[in-house]
Amino acid sequence: MSKPILCLGIESTAHTFGASLVSSDGRILSDVKDTYVPAVGKGIHPREAAQHHSQVCANIIHKSFIEAGKRPHHIDAVSLSLGPGLGPALRTGATVARGIAAILNKPLIPVHHGIGHIEIAALTTGLKDPLVLLVSGGHTAIAACAKKKWRIFGETQDITIGNLFDMFSRAAKLPSPGGPNVEKYAQKGSKYVDLPYTVKGNDVSYSGLLTASKKKLEENVAIEDICFSLQEVAFSMLTEATERSLAHTEKKELLLTGGVAANTRLQKMMRIIAEEHNAKFSVVDPKYSGDCGAQIAWTGILGYRSGVRIEVEKSFVKPRWRLDEVEVPWRK
Amino acid sequence: MPLLRKGAEANLYLEDWHGYKVVKKRRVCKTYRLKVLDVKLRSYRTIHEAQIVHEAKRSGVPTPTIYLVDPKEYTIIMEYVPGKRLKEALEEASSDSRDRLCQISGSQIAMLHQQNIIHGDLTTSNMILTDEDKIFFIDFGLSYYSIELEDFGVDLHLMKRALNSTHYLHADRCFEHVVQGYSRIVGGKRTKDVVQKIREIERRGRYFAGR
Repeated sequence: MSKPILCLGIESTAHTFGASLVSSDGRILSDVKDTYVPAVGKGIHPREAAQHHSQVCANIIHKSFIEAGKRPHHIDAVSLSLGPGLGPALRTGATVARGIAAILNKPLIPVHHGIGHIEIAALTTGLKDPLVLLVSGGHTAIAACAKKKWRIFGETQDITIGNLFDMFSRAAKLPSPGGPNVEKYAQKGSKYVDLPYTVKGNDVSYSGLLTASKKKLEENVAIEDICFSLQEVAFSMLTEATERSLAHTEKKELLLTGGVAANTRLQKMMRIIAEEHNAKFSVVDPKYSGDCGAQIAWTGILGYRSGVRIEVEKSFVKPRWRLDEVEVPWRK
Repeated sequence: MPLLRKGAEANLYLEDWHGYKVVKKRRVCKTYRLKVLDVKLRSYRTIHEAQIVHEAKRSGVPTPTIYLVDPKEYTIIMEYVPGKRLKEALEEASSDSRDRLCQISGSQIAMLHQQNIIHGDLTTSNMILTDEDKIFFIDFGLSYYSIELEDFGVDLHLMKRALNSTHYLHADRCFEHVVQGYSRIVGGKRTKDVVQKIREIERRGRYFAGR
C-alpha cells in the first residue's frame, strides 16, 4: 500500500477557528480549535469573529502540528472551508490556508463546510450511504447522496435549528452557545406549553416557533418549561420530516451530524424512527459534532484523492454556497 | 390484514370492507413525541384529511372516495386505488410521456389551488397513476385552505423540491412542464406571480446562490 496522504484542514466559517491534521488512512492526528464567545445577550459579530480568528490562528495551527507530531513539510495538501458562512470569518481562514499552501507549494482543496460535517460523521460512524440529518447553526437539512451530489429532501424554509436556539437563548439572556443551554434547562422542565408546529412537506419553518417562545418569556412562563416545549416541538418537526424522507428514500442508514447532533433528546427521537424503518442509526462522534478542523481536513483528503483542487487565485470564499451545488466525486 | 405500505405517519392496510376493496389508513402513535402533541396531530390530521380529500373532488382532481372516518382510532377507510406511484412511473416513462404526466399533475395542482386547497405535501410518492391514465392525489394530511399567494408558492416549491431530490436527472424539465400544466388552468399572469413567489421562498431559505 502506498504511503498515506496527510492533509491540513482549516475551519473558520463562524465562531470557531480550527486546524487539524488527518491522514488518508482515516486517522485524525490532531484537532485543535478555539471558539469566539459573544457577550451574553449578543450574537456573533462577523468582524469580531474574524478578529478572533486572526489572533488565534497561528497558535492553533502550530498546536495542530505539535499534537500530530508532524512538521509542515510532511503534509501533502491544505484544505479550507470555503463556505458557507460569515464572509469576514471565512476570509481570515482562507487567507491563512492560501498562504500555507503557497509557501509549501501544496495543492489547495476547497471544502463545503456542511459536507465536512457529513463526511467526518461518515468516517467516525462507518456509515456508507445514509440519509443524513444535518443540524447546526448553519444548516438544517435532510439529504442523501445520488449521482455524486447531495440531494436535499427537506430543509428549513427560514432559520436553522441552531439559529432558533441561539436567538431564543439571547432573548432569555442565557450564555452562548444556545443549544446546550436550552438542553440543560429543558431537562429540568416537564410542563408542555403549546407552541406552533410548522411542517411543510419535508420542510420545516422555525421563525414562528421562535416568536412564540420569546412571547412565553414575556408571559413569565418558567424558562425550564419553555425550553422543554421548544425542544419538543422543534425536534418533533424535524423527526417527522426525517421519518417521511426515510420512508420516501428507503435508505437503510440514518446519520445525525452537526453541532445540534450532540443533543441527547434529538438522538433519542432519531433512534426511534430509525428502528421503525429498520435503518441503522449513528450519531457523529461528539468530539467532532461542532465545527472543527478535522471535518475540513478529512473532506480535503477525500477531495484530494478525487482530484478536487482550486487555484489560490480563484479561491474566493462562498458565504452562500449551497450543499446541493457541490460535486462530490468520491461518492456514488 | 395485509400491510400495504408502511408510511412515515400511517400504516396502510388492504382490506375487504362490505364487499369493497378498501385501504385502511391508520395514523399510528409516534413514541418519539410527547403524548399530548401526538394525540393532537393525529386526530387533527385524520379528520382534516378526510374532509379535504372529499372537498378536492369538487375541483375535479381524482382522489380516493372516503367511506368511513374513525377519529377515535385515527383511522380512515377509503377506496383502494390500484396503480403505481408517480415516483416510479416518471422514472420508467419515455421523455414525452414524462412531460405529459408532469403537465397533468401541474394542472391538477392548479385545480386544487383554484378551490383554495393547498395540498401541503406534494411529492411524486403522493400521486398514483392508474391504468386508466388518471393521476390520483393522495395523502392530504398536511393540507389546508388558503387564498394566500405564499401558500400556493410553498406548495409548488415542495413539488419542485421533490423533483430535484428524487428525479434529479430530469428535474428542471419536469418542473417546467408542471408549471406549463399549472398555467393551462390558472392562466399565464397568475402563474407568473406564483413562480415569482417560489423564487422569493427559495431566497428566504439558507444559502440561496441567486441572492
